[in-house]
Amino acid sequence: MLQDKDRIFTNIYGRHDWGLQGALKRGQWDGTKDILAKGRDWIVKEMQASGLRGRGGAGFPTGLKWSFMPKQNDGRPHYLVVNADESEPGTCKDREILRHDPHHLVEGCLLAGFAMGAHTAYIYVRGEFMRERERLQAAIDQAYDAGLLGKNACGSGWDMDVFVHHGAGAYICGEETALLESLEGKKGQPRLKPPFPANVGLYGCPTTVNNVESIAVAPTILRRGASWFAGFGRQNNAGTKLFCVSGHVNKPATFEEEMGVSFQELIDKHCGGIRGGWDNLLAVIPGGSSVPMVPGAQIKDALMDFDGLRAVGSSLGTAAVIVMDKSTDPIKAIARLSAFYKHESCGQCTPCREGTGWMWRVMERLVKGQADKSEIDMLLQVTKQVEGHTICALGDAAAWPIQGLMKNFRHVVEERIDAYQAAHKVAAE
Amino acid sequence: MSVRRLHPEQPESFAFNAENAEWAQKVIKRYPEGKQMSAVIPLLMRAQEQDGWITKPCIETIADMLGMAYIRVLEVATFYTQFQLAPVGKKAHVQVCGTTPCMLRGAEEILKICKNRIAHHAHELSSDGDFSWEEVECAGGCVNAPMVTIGKDTYEDLTVETFNAVLDGFAAGNPPKPGPQNGRQFAAAEGGETTLLDPSLYDGSVIGKYRAFDREEPKPEDAKPA
Amino acid sequence: MAKLIVDGVEIDVAPEATLLQACEQAGAEVPRFCFHERLSVAGNCRMCLVEVKGGPPKPTASCAMNVRDLRPGPNGEPPVVLTKSPMVKKAREGVMEFLLINHPLDCPICDQGGECDLQDQAIAYGVSGSRFQENKRAVEDKYLGPLVKTSMTRCIHCTRCVRFTTEVAGVTDMGLISRGEDAEITTYLEKALSSELQGNVIDLCPVGALTSKPYAYHARPWELTKTESIDVMDALGSAIRVDSRGREVMRVLPRLNEEVNEEWISDKTRFIWDGLRTQRLDRPYVRENGRLRAATWAEAFGAIKAKLGSTTAAKIGAIGGDLASVEELYALKGLMAALGSSNLDARQDGTKLHPKFGRASYTFNPGIAGIEQADAILIVGSDPRHEAAVLNARIRKSWRQSGGKLPIFVIGQPLDLTYPYTYLGAGAETLANLEASVADKLNAAQKPLVIVGQGPLLRHDGEAVLSLAAKVAVEIGAVKDGWNGFAVLHTAASRVGGLDVGFVPGQGGLDVAGMIDASAKGNLDLLFLLGADEFGAQHLGEKTFVVYIGSHGDTGAHRADVILPGAAYTEKSGTYVNTEGRVQMTNRAVFAPGEAREDWAVLRALSDVLGKKLPFDSLTQLRAKLYAELPHLAALDTAPVNDAEAVAKLASVGGAARSEPFDLAVGDFYLTNPIARASKIMAECSALAASMHEAAAE
Repeated sequence: MLQDKDRIFTNIYGRHDWGLQGALKRGQWDGTKDILAKGRDWIVKEMQASGLRGRGGAGFPTGLKWSFMPKQNDGRPHYLVVNADESEPGTCKDREILRHDPHHLVEGCLLAGFAMGAHTAYIYVRGEFMRERERLQAAIDQAYDAGLLGKNACGSGWDMDVFVHHGAGAYICGEETALLESLEGKKGQPRLKPPFPANVGLYGCPTTVNNVESIAVAPTILRRGASWFAGFGRQNNAGTKLFCVSGHVNKPATFEEEMGVSFQELIDKHCGGIRGGWDNLLAVIPGGSSVPMVPGAQIKDALMDFDGLRAVGSSLGTAAVIVMDKSTDPIKAIARLSAFYKHESCGQCTPCREGTGWMWRVMERLVKGQADKSEIDMLLQVTKQVEGHTICALGDAAAWPIQGLMKNFRHVVEERIDAYQAAHKVAAE
Repeated sequence: MSVRRLHPEQPESFAFNAENAEWAQKVIKRYPEGKQMSAVIPLLMRAQEQDGWITKPCIETIADMLGMAYIRVLEVATFYTQFQLAPVGKKAHVQVCGTTPCMLRGAEEILKICKNRIAHHAHELSSDGDFSWEEVECAGGCVNAPMVTIGKDTYEDLTVETFNAVLDGFAAGNPPKPGPQNGRQFAAAEGGETTLLDPSLYDGSVIGKYRAFDREEPKPEDAKPA
Repeated sequence: MAKLIVDGVEIDVAPEATLLQACEQAGAEVPRFCFHERLSVAGNCRMCLVEVKGGPPKPTASCAMNVRDLRPGPNGEPPVVLTKSPMVKKAREGVMEFLLINHPLDCPICDQGGECDLQDQAIAYGVSGSRFQENKRAVEDKYLGPLVKTSMTRCIHCTRCVRFTTEVAGVTDMGLISRGEDAEITTYLEKALSSELQGNVIDLCPVGALTSKPYAYHARPWELTKTESIDVMDALGSAIRVDSRGREVMRVLPRLNEEVNEEWISDKTRFIWDGLRTQRLDRPYVRENGRLRAATWAEAFGAIKAKLGSTTAAKIGAIGGDLASVEELYALKGLMAALGSSNLDARQDGTKLHPKFGRASYTFNPGIAGIEQADAILIVGSDPRHEAAVLNARIRKSWRQSGGKLPIFVIGQPLDLTYPYTYLGAGAETLANLEASVADKLNAAQKPLVIVGQGPLLRHDGEAVLSLAAKVAVEIGAVKDGWNGFAVLHTAASRVGGLDVGFVPGQGGLDVAGMIDASAKGNLDLLFLLGADEFGAQHLGEKTFVVYIGSHGDTGAHRADVILPGAAYTEKSGTYVNTEGRVQMTNRAVFAPGEAREDWAVLRALSDVLGKKLPFDSLTQLRAKLYAELPHLAALDTAPVNDAEAVAKLASVGGAARSEPFDLAVGDFYLTNPIARASKIMAECSALAASMHEAAAE
């Protein structure tokens, strides 16, 4: 269990001053100039050594990502883009950083920007986070006023500008290339890769896109040392992490915990247990809506990190834990996610544009049981026709929850169909 | 998501007020020379904050400001669902998050109230024109579900009673304080947090305490491989 | 070159080639909808998925992946691509199913039927049944103007139309609004498309979402006879296919000619066909008591013979029109020579171009494809967007390929050419005194291009302007070994051919202006008009007896005393020389209506009646004589390289150019010739363009 002294985000509940004075008192912006003086390569190596994996869902090693930025400048500016388009259902961790502890992110922008040769950072905040955006802007203004950003930021000799940009209601803009399109003033439709953003990103320039949490933990990692951060969690699953637990727990909450604690420990310690007790647990979506659900019995002892959740057929994703007790209709819960993906499909490529609507419509019928049992396999085939055939991962994300449902609750779906057919005497005809 | 069209009745013109016009020029300068179309979403959003919804003259004015073709701004206005293409309630446009985490904790009850108290259909004005509502996809307050967004603020941890009270407050011109409506501290566990209880985190004693980089050059073997 | 193994076949390909290109090179067929080699890569239809061994365990969009991005095997083996594997088959079936679930089953009433990519690929790569039980999507149709008809429920969102209009045509009219399954292709609030190339979206649309509005429900592709031919609506000689049924031309489509039109044609070229049916001269007419009456060929010829008997050679003239083929101009020239007259001119617009300086003085010397090599362009007195819409798209292409860096300068009128340019000034003074910074840029260019439009050449000082443009071209180094960047842009299909055969005033002969002048003064008794309608027939004197040979009842025919009905370009085999000097031939798709005959044959018959029998009895014999006289005309489909000395010669002519702004040669793009003026579709387009122009001016 993580101790308070090792928590990076010490004001996520907004009990203390979010502003610069409060942040300084909590040890932020401490020695930033000295860290910068260690040089670009040192920072990147340190981040690699920390074992930090991206906190936006895919878990790509952050330091490695930074190292992809060209070392030699070919005349094009480099950009750091921070993905604060937190829209994955179940996920609300970055929100707390943005509104209650924004200086972690602002300081992180300077350090990360410097490490990748970028003088400009854009923070793309989802459009719905209006107050969060205002708070972040205020924190940035404070940093400029204090000389921590701008020309010769922190007295380091490095010029760093940080701008807040925002979206307007499009989940797909959380996909890094869709985000870049949106930031360029277009529809958020993902780009074809390659080329990858590190070569051709924002405005055609080398760009790195990182999640808010990935950037916001960087200053503390660099301050306290890679080995400190790597000392938490298991190998390849290092560090601390913000978890947000929603759904049928007694006390839903967002909190920072060490990677790799068991699900049961996480829930009992931070969320007051499962509503109605552990026997009442039906299933859990452990990493945001895009990952497959895990039945209650299997998840109880699962370790909450990348490998631990992969072992139970799911994924850590954004560490957004959606808990469902036995009052939940699992078909309806997943059908609502299918509606979400249909709503959020950008419409660019065929399998996603057409498939998400098809899957949702079948799911809606399955909620009522108004279907033939053969349609279960057909639906699974459709999910397979979408998965892996699209430009971006939204197609996969739309497919997996349904696959997870059928893997674990196929009997419920079949019973529902039986019940419907009995009620409507279809079987007799 | 349904087919999104501009409203059949459109105003004659659009103009940013003086404050917003000045703000817009500042925003445009955030982006490199020649890339001013990056500002299209911020400008449309500010226009919506000013007038309540996105109109045809607004699209054309902003297109002209940014040197964009009208169709490109229309694409943006119809792609991003936060843009309202029809007038919304004068006192409140209620955006109810209906996605699974909120659904699990009662969003359907909230939606029912909207249908009963405001209008039967989403995006339809209440009979007095004061309210309108829509179901939106995950608004990012899952830990405080169910929740609604009204204007710039969120009202969280709602129950039937507290949501009705929120609506009553808006109707009376006296909206309640935004945030959790059950008295809890933001995203902390209800009834008290389980972490961040150590007072030494906040007394300034951590400043300078952990500056590992000052003490030694970290050796690669000290760190676990990534 | 990189090595790649496609379906077991090892090939060498350029590393920057896409997998799709590589697969095709290896002989593997890869289906596609969104991909088009002349448009940017969208990668959205997912039909071209292939399997790449050693990559991620999912199929790859072959249109969007470059060969160089593939990783070799562990021991350096070439990457392996499969196009027929089970994974690929399943992927194609899946995409096909998705494309069809919301596509209507209305093939029997769809104009795309029989030439539909979706139909063809559904047969080749789809499965036979549908598993889709839900309601199909219905999408509102959109108004896009008088040319493009929409059935948006059929749209598969490939965005070819959006990419074409934005990238090639250079108009940001179209877009994809909304998102997800509700995404819709439209123009801004259903405004009509504003491009002169918009018809190409009909060809590009792989389904029946965008079809030809004028052609709607007129014919099925399998009932049409297809004739390969050449367009005459402008001086480009775009390659076309004329589709006919019975005696009627049903539609005109582009053919591929990389050197000229790539695969685009202008809307005038495409939609002119209704003009081939109306206002036709289908029998001879003779004017009696001030009115034209139908007559026999013998009566018509007789009337001409009678007139000839009462005049002298010096009072006879002939004007060649804009659509006349080389053969008929050659025949008329022969007749005029036999009659002893040297009053002939094929430059009815009055252009001062003249064969005496040499061929390079009146052709587009670098060639249309050569535009892509040019590294700086100076446009003098031309509006290429309306004078040669397809060529203008080539300039835009070149500008795009340069990453927007190609310097383009314009002297003349500052119009929207669909690409940015630096406007230098309005007239000859600007050309004569190029700013130092501009001259520097042109001088620095390796292959500068000077495009001279017809506008300035129509004036009395046209020769001086032409000479000045040649002088500038020489001075900036546009004329050198391996590159002749002096480019005359013509507007009439017949002009270069007319100059080639020397259809210009002979010794002491009158040009067009001279003939009008003589006519007004009563000194011109007999005037032959070979399809000439735009030279100003209203200025002719009353006493001039006018013989009109041509296909349409336009201004020339209205003034005529005798009308001899001729054949339109789709009704005859005729040689046309385009603005580059490229010799091409039309083919007969249908027969001329009624008693109308091919123009060379009319002239041959007339010559016999007049007692000046031309020395050929067939088109073959005519061409044999023509080729003997002008061998370069026998070299079909090539653009001969002309002696660049002509440009230097032209440059030395000099003369005083006036200071007035340059006018433009084409006023109304849609109404430049008698066929276009007979077309209701063109009239509609013209009215619409005028109203859009007015709206824009407000």
